[in-house]
Amino acid sequence: MLSKGLKRKREEEEEKESLAVDALWLDPGHAAVAQAPPAAASSSLFDLSVLKLHHSLQQSEPDLRHLVLVVNTLRRIQASMAPAAALPPVPSPPAAPSMADNLLASSDAALSASMASLLEDLSHIEGLSQAPQPLADEGPPGRSMGGAAPSLGALDLLGPATGCLLDDGLEGLFEDIDTSMYDNELWAPASEGLKPGPEDEPGKEEAPELDEAELDYLMDVLVGTQALERPPGPGR
Amino acid sequence: CVAVVTTRHLRSAFALDSNSYVADIISTVEFNHTGELLATGDKGGRVVIFQREPESKNAPHSQGEYDVYSTFQSHEPEFDYLKSLEIEEKINKIKWLPQQNAAHSLLSTNDKTIKLWKITERDKRPEGYNLKDEEGKLKDLSTVTSLQVPVLKPMDLMVEVSPRRIFANGHTYHINSISVNSDCETYMSADDLRINLWHLAITDRSFNIVDIKPANMEDLTEVITASEFHPHHCNLFVYSSSKGSLRLCDMRAAALCDKHSKLFEEPEDPSNRSFFSEIISSVSDVKFSHSGRYMLTRDYLTVKVWDLNMEARPIETYQVHDYLRSKLCSLYENDCIFDKFECAWNGSDSVIMTGAYNNFFRMFDRNTKRDVTLEASRESSKPRAVLKPRRVCVGGKRRRDDISVDSLDFTKKILHTAWHPAENIIAIAATNNLYIFQDKVNSEMH
Repeated sequence: MLSKGLKRKREEEEEKESLAVDALWLDPGHAAVAQAPPAAASSSLFDLSVLKLHHSLQQSEPDLRHLVLVVNTLRRIQASMAPAAALPPVPSPPAAPSMADNLLASSDAALSASMASLLEDLSHIEGLSQAPQPLADEGPPGRSMGGAAPSLGALDLLGPATGCLLDDGLEGLFEDIDTSMYDNELWAPASEGLKPGPEDEPGKEEAPELDEAELDYLMDVLVGTQALERPPGPGR
Repeated sequence: CVAVVTTRHLRSAFALDSNSYVADIISTVEFNHTGELLATGDKGGRVVIFQREPESKNAPHSQGEYDVYSTFQSHEPEFDYLKSLEIEEKINKIKWLPQQNAAHSLLSTNDKTIKLWKITERDKRPEGYNLKDEEGKLKDLSTVTSLQVPVLKPMDLMVEVSPRRIFANGHTYHINSISVNSDCETYMSADDLRINLWHLAITDRSFNIVDIKPANMEDLTEVITASEFHPHHCNLFVYSSSKGSLRLCDMRAAALCDKHSKLFEEPEDPSNRSFFSEIISSVSDVKFSHSGRYMLTRDYLTVKVWDLNMEARPIETYQVHDYLRSKLCSLYENDCIFDKFECAWNGSDSVIMTGAYNNFFRMFDRNTKRDVTLEASRESSKPRAVLKPRRVCVGGKRRRDDISVDSLDFTKKILHTAWHPAENIIAIAATNNLYIFQDKVNSEMH
């Protein structure tokens, strides 16, 4: 299974990476641990937190508690590094190109972009009619290049939709759709409330390769099963 | 602590290969209401139930030890095709239902699905049928000259387990707790953002009673970490958060309990403030006392006792491993700071227990204010040996058997512990080993 293999691999990589850095941090001779000046320590903690955030978001299903705690810690570190700039979740355009402001801008952009991706991922889980953003291909830093405003715009767009299409009305939404394709035994029961509707078709422009590969795989699985069920005959 | 203890460490009955090793990690431990049964769940979705042997006068040393009673596969890994996600089979929590007839029932849950299992015994079978012979074949009627009444004859005990209810599709996020209500009819399940109330007999719907999901996910700053029903008041429950707060809710007040009745929160200690203050304040477990008057919480460095009548601060705080306070940076880096330890009360609510690293676990006597550190490992515990108290030294004078902080093994964590509801018997899960310690002598903690 695609995702199963991917997930295990990522976990292994994470373990290796954290073990390697672990050795570094726990080394009593390591300057950063003991005697680093506060600014340098904050900065490396900041980098570490961003790294953790990135790792967390790359999981197929991020641990929400871990994610929230890392983000909150990142905000604290951020606040201590640039106390002059206020700490709004909505980033304002950077005033002067000082290092702190750049850090703030990029980290806020990274934060809102990462939150945007989290929101979109979770919206997808809730069955909303928005194209799911594949996190593997485009990590948050990639999308933050456009600046904070566009991603906020995307969030605003998703906002009202989130409010309308929560939870209970899902079954009614999909009543008209022909679900015979999904009545196959292979589909996990948990997917019952989350059948994608035709609204899912447009908007899948980003990273088409991944989605096509997914669809191909799913079609292969379906065709393979139907071939098994059908008695052998000519052609096909 | 000079309690005399016996130890049994029990490994999985299955052969060890690379899959089994991971699958054997114990993920939850729970005694039933009488303490006769002890259930464990593991990462492979299996449940193993142990039963306490009745005390026997013939072999006084083996009185009341636990043996395997039943093993079954509770959850299987699932693949959600639409989300391209694997749903882990790991058992997050097991809760026993109060026993209402000869059968035992328990709820077990993974990240998404809760299941109700019924455990029954069969130790008799009918013999002496008129129409069938002993192998079950139909008899030739001409050979039957008289009628007999079939009698029940004893047979080897057979324990049968069957899934009675499957409560699925109730949670978008990962389930962290389940709790059976004292009304014995309902139970609740909590995930990161929502808590649902279920009826034990109804699987196709549940009531959402808490929802802390913000309208804009970018505003998400807090998640639910644990929840539990009050042991006596069926309308009250508590849930804890990643910010270290506890909310006591009354289901009589409103259908949606987003507004708490009481908020328990300790103000941050300014002298201990650091970047990691919030992470270490995140509550990993909350347990009501048996009396129902107190709550016990576990955060990264402490266990706290709260009085339901006082919201401003806990009435007691115990340091589990304060020597880690100066190591928070490394523990953040290797993610150990996110470990979720559980906590437990003893039957009389006078002693509390929680796990730590290096296979250590700690017990605190609330009356004498004494505490002890013990170790759960095969090296340091022979069967029927007395458990020796351990000490972690933080520099300064070091005694012979002390362990230094730097040589603690952070991969050996005791996250799951349970205390027998009435007696001094504790179950400790150390990765893939289960230890059961019993206090034979009526001794007090020193």
